[in-house]
Amino acid sequence: MSELITHSAAKLAELLAASEVSSTEVTQAHLDRIAAVDGDVNAFLHVNTDEALAVAADVDKARAAGEELHALAGVPIAIKDLIVTVGQPTTAGSKMLEGWMSPYDATVIKKIRAARMPMLGKTNLDEFAMGSSTEHSAFGPTRNPWDLERIPGGSGGGSAAAVSAFEAPLALGTDTGGSIRQPAAVTGSVGVKPTYGGVSRYGAIAMASSLDQIGPVTRTVLDAALLHEVIGGHDPADSTSLTDPVGALVEAARSGDVHGMRIGVIKELQGEGYSAGVQARFDEALELLRGAGANVVEVSCPNFKYALGAYYLVMPSEASSNLAKYDGVRYGHRALPEDGSMTIERVMGATRAAGFGDEVKRRIILGTYALSAGYYDAYYGSAQKVRTLVQRDFAAAFETADVLISPTAPTTAFKLGEKLDDPMAMYLNDVATIPANLAGVPGISVPGGLADGLPVGIQFLAPAREDARLYRAGAGLENLLEATWGGPLLAQAPALGGVK
Amino acid sequence: MAETQELVAFDEAMAKYDPVLGFEVHVELNTKTKMFSAAPNAFGDVPNTNVSPVDLGLPGTLPVVNKSAVEYSIMIGLALNCKIAESCFFARKNYFYPDTPKNFQTSQYEDPICYDGYLDIELEDGEVFRVEIERAHMEEDAGKLTHLGGATGRIQGAEYSLVDYNRAGVPLVEIVTKPIVGAGSRAPELARAYVAAVREIVKNLGVSDARMERGNVRCDANVSLMPKGATQFGIRSETKNVNSLRAVERAVRFEIERHAAVLESGQKVVQETRHWHEDTRSTTSGRPKSDADDYRYFPEPDLVPVVTTEAWVEELRSRLPEPPAERRKRLKADWGYSDAEFRDVVNAGVMDSIEETIAAGASAAVARKWWMGEISRRAKEAEVEPSELGVSPQTVVELDRLVQAGKINDKLARQVLDGVLAGEGSPEEVVDKRGLAVVSDDSALLDAIDAALAAQPDVAEKIRGGKVQAAGAIVGGVMKATRGQADAGRVRELIFERLGVQA
Amino acid sequence: MSEINRAAVAHLARLAHIEMTAEELDKMAGELDVIVDSIKSVQEVARPDVPATSHPIPLTNVFREDVVGETLSQELALANAPDAADGRFKVPAILDEE
Ligand SMILES: [Mg+2]
Ligand SMILES: [Zn+2]
Repeated sequence: MSELITHSAAKLAELLAASEVSSTEVTQAHLDRIAAVDGDVNAFLHVNTDEALAVAADVDKARAAGEELHALAGVPIAIKDLIVTVGQPTTAGSKMLEGWMSPYDATVIKKIRAARMPMLGKTNLDEFAMGSSTEHSAFGPTRNPWDLERIPGGSGGGSAAAVSAFEAPLALGTDTGGSIRQPAAVTGSVGVKPTYGGVSRYGAIAMASSLDQIGPVTRTVLDAALLHEVIGGHDPADSTSLTDPVGALVEAARSGDVHGMRIGVIKELQGEGYSAGVQARFDEALELLRGAGANVVEVSCPNFKYALGAYYLVMPSEASSNLAKYDGVRYGHRALPEDGSMTIERVMGATRAAGFGDEVKRRIILGTYALSAGYYDAYYGSAQKVRTLVQRDFAAAFETADVLISPTAPTTAFKLGEKLDDPMAMYLNDVATIPANLAGVPGISVPGGLADGLPVGIQFLAPAREDARLYRAGAGLENLLEATWGGPLLAQAPALGGVK
Repeated sequence: MAETQELVAFDEAMAKYDPVLGFEVHVELNTKTKMFSAAPNAFGDVPNTNVSPVDLGLPGTLPVVNKSAVEYSIMIGLALNCKIAESCFFARKNYFYPDTPKNFQTSQYEDPICYDGYLDIELEDGEVFRVEIERAHMEEDAGKLTHLGGATGRIQGAEYSLVDYNRAGVPLVEIVTKPIVGAGSRAPELARAYVAAVREIVKNLGVSDARMERGNVRCDANVSLMPKGATQFGIRSETKNVNSLRAVERAVRFEIERHAAVLESGQKVVQETRHWHEDTRSTTSGRPKSDADDYRYFPEPDLVPVVTTEAWVEELRSRLPEPPAERRKRLKADWGYSDAEFRDVVNAGVMDSIEETIAAGASAAVARKWWMGEISRRAKEAEVEPSELGVSPQTVVELDRLVQAGKINDKLARQVLDGVLAGEGSPEEVVDKRGLAVVSDDSALLDAIDAALAAQPDVAEKIRGGKVQAAGAIVGGVMKATRGQADAGRVRELIFERLGVQA
Repeated sequence: MSEINRAAVAHLARLAHIEMTAEELDKMAGELDVIVDSIKSVQEVARPDVPATSHPIPLTNVFREDVVGETLSQELALANAPDAADGRFKVPAILDEE
């Protein structure tokens, strides 16, 4: 096993820039790692060997020719299979799209290509990003590298597992209610949900349009900032894309200075419902921050208790409409009714019955209900009002705090199958991550240590457009914790074929 | 469809019932690109080539609003005397149909961009009827379905259908009227005149090609009846896609007769969509209203609200051309045409050409003579619109100038027009090239006159005897001899001079 | 409770074009009932004076100039079609017109 796979993206970028290693070596090392461990982890749905090596060889040639290259040129990356790519299949983790080849690239993929980062492949996810455990993938669950009997979080379990199993230094995820941050938390990696509109959604297969954001999944805060600067920025193809500049994220991550920073502890996102181990790591993190000169204050967000309900109305409503296009007419799976009926109505109905899994159907039916005549005001309409109240809570909290802090998820990784038959228990995993999506504000999850040998995530939240604050606070906490651990948390991960 | 229908004669129906009408007119805008994608707004090309990933509803795609489409929509609203919303948004209308790529139509629901307008409709006899406009909203068109495998090419009995998404996403403005009450027996006529007026307005604005036969303007007609004097509306039917002005009139008339028959037999009208059939001039039952018509509208999360400022709206208002009805009134007065003359001009579709010709220097009478006469005749032969024949206003002005100057006569002018249309140049150039100028040299004419008089001595004698109208035969002879290049008036004068007759 | 029964789910499944067996309908009705019960608390705070938020970050007037851009070739447009003929997508019989 090559030592190359243990390096951060920032370190790899340095080595590449100094021509101490080639992109071909780095890329091949990660492909070898995938070949060695992914049979156990199942992080990848597709491995893009030939194209990744071709891009790597190209970068090496360009570097040898003295061409000016992007800082991350030659550093490989894994892509959540919810983001469309030319030349690689995109499934969204669903039978519905099995074998589908997109004729166009997502905007973030164009940026990855422009930066000349080899794409290692497409990572597993809950079907159409609906889930918190990656067990709802039509192609089998991904396993948590810390304990293969446990879930890697979801929906972006594949990206988080790939990064934490050292199969990729960087990955892209999407976060609708925590699908980047919660998997990062339970796998000991770093995940960022940017400000809504900060990264183009064009080419991210929509679950809930007003909540979805693409973001980085990495092993260090600095790596997340480096990747965020690659993918962020205005895109005229996304009408909800911000025109603001991306901001000095890398600079903030390199600083990590939390002295004098006002850090607001969200009263409602701790205590009851949070496991003792999670709470303990969270309290320790607060102590460290205080010790470093941060001004830790308590804030109250009284409407957050309605956020989960609002989320499970808004999200399925939008999803029910976004997923209507999967009908077996233009692309994707087509199924025929068993009784041989050949009307379009029946074929669409049979296609959607066969192509979607249970969780997707559950959310489509729930969303159809929330939007239907006679219920709209009570459900969808009420949920939209709760969004306003959640935004007001954030606005008030940010009057007294520069960033907010909470555990990312209420528990550590649970066992595969443990919550599969209890949708509501599964939904509760997102209770701390959801408010950010409802309000559009950015959030980061950084490793906070272990509880019973499993990673705990600490979440920071910042006002909209203030993503840089996340990187400063996140890097600050990362530095403090790593000093106590004597190195990165993932260095403590079990061998998995022997990283160490 | 051989469904037999009981009808009550129109007059009989009108004696007992008052009709209530309502129209939803869809206007396709002639923007360069689609409502939400940069694919060309061009229907009729090779199937599925004017499509981008957005138009096929591919996973991951997102819409972006076409600014011109918004401006055209506001212009339509202004022309319909509507208020323009200060802020409005798009909404998704959710329903499954294979011509709808996302299985929802991006439209507007609450807060349409234009609302509360009216249109004064002038009927043939001059009676003016005000139709109130409820709203005009922006939305996107669907793809085109072709039904195959059945006997008729109709949807019923077809084995399968083919879908072309070239039209999917073409910008539409849907104009919805408030219920139209009080038209009485003039309802069918009003229906036609209303749709004609909308069509004319959008064409005049230049925002739509407005060709009904191509589906640029499509009408859904709602009809219900209530007993005379009642105020509570009856149950309505909605006849879909009535695609010509004549069909609009006929469909409304048919539905009135059908509703009356249903009501007379003591039954209830079914609230349903109906389809108009031009061949049988009747409607057939489509889909009844059901609980499946739950469109689950909600604000389109992928698009942000449209906010209009007064400055923007006023800038668009300043781009509006004169309304067609006002323009007609003004032109008729300016030109001094009679009612009949002006109606003929309008019906012949040469009003614009006449206006341009007058602007280029011709008199109103001369412009009308040419456009209603020779040019219309040739257009009819060529089966094109007079304006499409290729005769420019300058050509007409020049022709007239040559006639006035005595260089050519009317008969020669027609030959000159032949030359112009054959691409031989301007009228002047054609006259030169073809050597068509009238013979103005009196001595040359006198030779021909003498010859003609000698050839017809009996006619010469009649003229000498005072029968001046007999001179026509001699004029004819001279014209023949000069191959039409003589000025007939001058020939006539010379004949009388020659014979010493006082004409 | 129990506002979501089998008939209600059957109606929703019809609207959503997902065929379901009787057992699936029953199971879904039970699950939805639990979910809806635990999320309907949103109504408690959704007072009339609270405005709705449909977009988390308020933007307005995001437009595209009316300039033609790239299109797919017919071949690419149809490349993923489950069925196609004559350059068009082929679908089974449609029973009734919209
Ligand atoms: Mg309509
Ligand atoms: Zn419409």
